Amino acid sequence: MEEASDQQAHVHPPPEGFLRKYVFSLDHKVIGKQYYALGLLAVCIGMALSWLMRFHLVWPTTRIPGLELLSKAGAPGGIITPEYYLSLLTMHGTLMVFFVLTNAPFAAFGNYFLPIQIGAEDMAFPRFNMMSFWTTLVAFLVLILAFIIPDGPPISGWTSYAPLSAVGKDAGPGMGWGMNLWAISIAIFCIGSLLGALNFIATTLDLRAKGMTLMRMPICTWAWFITSCIALLAFAVLLPACILLLLDRAAGTSFFIPSGLVVSDRLQAHSGGSPLLWQHLFWFFGHPEVYIAILPSMGIVSHILINSMRKPLLSARVIIYSMMSIGFLSWMVWGHHMFVSGMNPFSSLLFSFPTLTITIPATIMTLIWLGSLYGANIRINAASLFALGFISMFVSGGVSGFFLAQPSIDIVLHATYFVVGHFHMVMGVASLFGVFAGTYFWFSKMTGRMMNQTLGQLHFWLTFIGTYCIFMPFHYLGLVGNVRRYSSFVDDFMGPLMPLHKFITIAALGTGAAQLIFIFNLIYSRYKGVPAPENPWNGTTLEWSIPSPPPWNNFGGKHPIIYHDPYQYDVKGLKGDYIMQDSPEPSAG
Amino acid sequence: MGKLFAIVLVIIALASAYPIVTHMYVMPEDVSTHGHQIDEQLSDTMAEAGISFLLAQFVLAIFVWKFAERKDGGKLKNFPGGAKIMVAGAFILVGTEILALGVFGQRAWANVYFTPPRPDALQIQAQAGQFAFYFRYPGADGKFGAIYPDKIDEGNQNYFGLDPANDIESRDDIVSAELVIPVNREIHLLMHAKDVGHSFYVRELRIQQDFVPGLDLSVHFTATKIGRYEIVCTQLCGLGHYNMKAYLNVMAQDDFEKWVKQKASEL
Repeated sequence: MEEASDQQAHVHPPPEGFLRKYVFSLDHKVIGKQYYALGLLAVCIGMALSWLMRFHLVWPTTRIPGLELLSKAGAPGGIITPEYYLSLLTMHGTLMVFFVLTNAPFAAFGNYFLPIQIGAEDMAFPRFNMMSFWTTLVAFLVLILAFIIPDGPPISGWTSYAPLSAVGKDAGPGMGWGMNLWAISIAIFCIGSLLGALNFIATTLDLRAKGMTLMRMPICTWAWFITSCIALLAFAVLLPACILLLLDRAAGTSFFIPSGLVVSDRLQAHSGGSPLLWQHLFWFFGHPEVYIAILPSMGIVSHILINSMRKPLLSARVIIYSMMSIGFLSWMVWGHHMFVSGMNPFSSLLFSFPTLTITIPATIMTLIWLGSLYGANIRINAASLFALGFISMFVSGGVSGFFLAQPSIDIVLHATYFVVGHFHMVMGVASLFGVFAGTYFWFSKMTGRMMNQTLGQLHFWLTFIGTYCIFMPFHYLGLVGNVRRYSSFVDDFMGPLMPLHKFITIAALGTGAAQLIFIFNLIYSRYKGVPAPENPWNGTTLEWSIPSPPPWNNFGGKHPIIYHDPYQYDVKGLKGDYIMQDSPEPSAG
Repeated sequence: MGKLFAIVLVIIALASAYPIVTHMYVMPEDVSTHGHQIDEQLSDTMAEAGISFLLAQFVLAIFVWKFAERKDGGKLKNFPGGAKIMVAGAFILVGTEILALGVFGQRAWANVYFTPPRPDALQIQAQAGQFAFYFRYPGADGKFGAIYPDKIDEGNQNYFGLDPANDIESRDDIVSAELVIPVNREIHLLMHAKDVGHSFYVRELRIQQDFVPGLDLSVHFTATKIGRYEIVCTQLCGLGHYNMKAYLNVMAQDDFEKWVKQKASEL
């Protein structure tokens, strides 16, 4: 495995012409940027939808000028109807989970940096790589189409529980073509992700440069590799699940629909299906998906922390083994989403144990990060601040998992805002902190210009405080029993909780607005930023051994030879306190 | 800037813990016989999770305060004991928590799901459909009439699809939009979904259970306090989901019998 593969030499010729260079590019770096741009577009839409939802929750009768243009029926006169709220939450969840949290930390950064970090010229299958991006883009467009069709988007949430999702338009507007588009979009998305995952795995195993043993790979490369293995198995289950759902909807099959259902006064002509089958298939994908979202960020954050601390982690190996354990255990925990679903109560106990056990590798990682900070000399910049913020957010979102892993407590907290707070913190915000950290860290490599630090740090403070203000109170609401996916809280029970809801809405609007600083910084620094040197952070891994931005074939036709473990910091090197992986100088250890 | 991070983090951690410590936001009072076990389990978990949360945030704050942008130029050092102590610590800390919460804490779950209802429990059938609950009492004969989905006719108030013309057992079935139960008597609630998935959630009863189409599920509970409590559907069930609520009316035994009589006389 240490030998450089023959395939590595000139995977494809240099791109010529605008289309090949920037649109239908085979270059992993361009594809990585394309994924990043798609994730950015999706997160902007997803965030705008969450604004509308938060606005509607606390000011349900207030007009939002111009909103009627989005949907005449859903927002007549600019006022969101309770029904349209369900469409908003469905589209928000789907966009964020699939097109942001899967795309940005994994597909975008993974595509750009995995080949470079292992010393390869490109991915193993550049054409597959191009296909996976364009397939994902088609999936995105199909999903967005649901906003435009007359029925509007589906209303069954991002989990699309059957039989609501399976019986067709009898279940309500949006459950006709809107739901079809959802299922088609996700099926296409699965194909794109499967192609991507295969490519990542093949690249990591086959295209490593000479001397790049598996344990010499940077932690983020390991994270992308493990994530690819999870994604390969997870999307391979969601794809057939979506196909079965489409068959139930269009071909009259009954995979998820039992007999005797009367929906909208019509007796459904189905029999023999099981609604729980959908839940099992969906969560068999759905829980590993949480780790698909968070593992790459764990890798990115570890990579950046080490660089900022100027010393290695207490043990990179332990971090890698912990990520593997999390990946392995992620297959045994899906039932914790279904404690009160009517599944056999014995299964709940069985699912509870691996769910609690997965906290062990997660705690090990947290302790390694914390323990490594001891005695370091941490450089503070936008990237390292977001990496430190990630640890804080991961802990905050992680401890609430302890509650939800226990079936008895889940009886009262299931389907409340406690769950919403939990997964937004650990899967959403923590994962996005990894993306922000990665952006501030690698922007120089990707564009050849430094990102503005002042704006970056301002963005961090507003986002760090803001996200806590949004998502911590969600837990309090859940503890009172405030149920999620309800559009208006007008009754006696919810009345006293309204001040907290208003606080959350204001925090959400403010934190969302703070993201404009980030977007401005991206655009401003892209054109006006200070030109970046090759290795602005004194990093040790291969991405810092090539120009910013790298040439089309990454290493200029040369084949790097690897002499060291990835993180030779706190040593006496020729250039300072570090030795690069491809530098033949002797290592201290 | 590292010091600012530490200060902000400590403030966030303390502010996050304050509403929990002062019990600012808590579930409404428990009115069930089993709920106290869930509540105890919840507060035990809150203590353990809360301590872990505060400790981790404080340690992060302290280390960033101490070790960010050091001006002393001192040598970098490693945490005494290194990775081994972290791994051992995680196994011991979390392992104990898992044992404590996971093993000993399953009683509450077992109490709800593994003990069968008493033979003299009052059987009531709950039907969930878009977007209302209906409850059916077996009447004087103690038997529920069969359900015929094709006979469901909401316009004529035949919510369950009963066939009293041909089915004797259904003739005395009482149907109500409110779940009326006697206090201190065990209720065995048989759950039936008419169309899509729904859920039965009563905060004060510490009960939440999904209705699954095609699956016969049931829960049993005893309410210990007279009062009126909200029943909420917690499973996204379509357009009117946000309106799908009903009330649980817990009455004294005498009042309950009067209510049944009155309902029976209306048939």
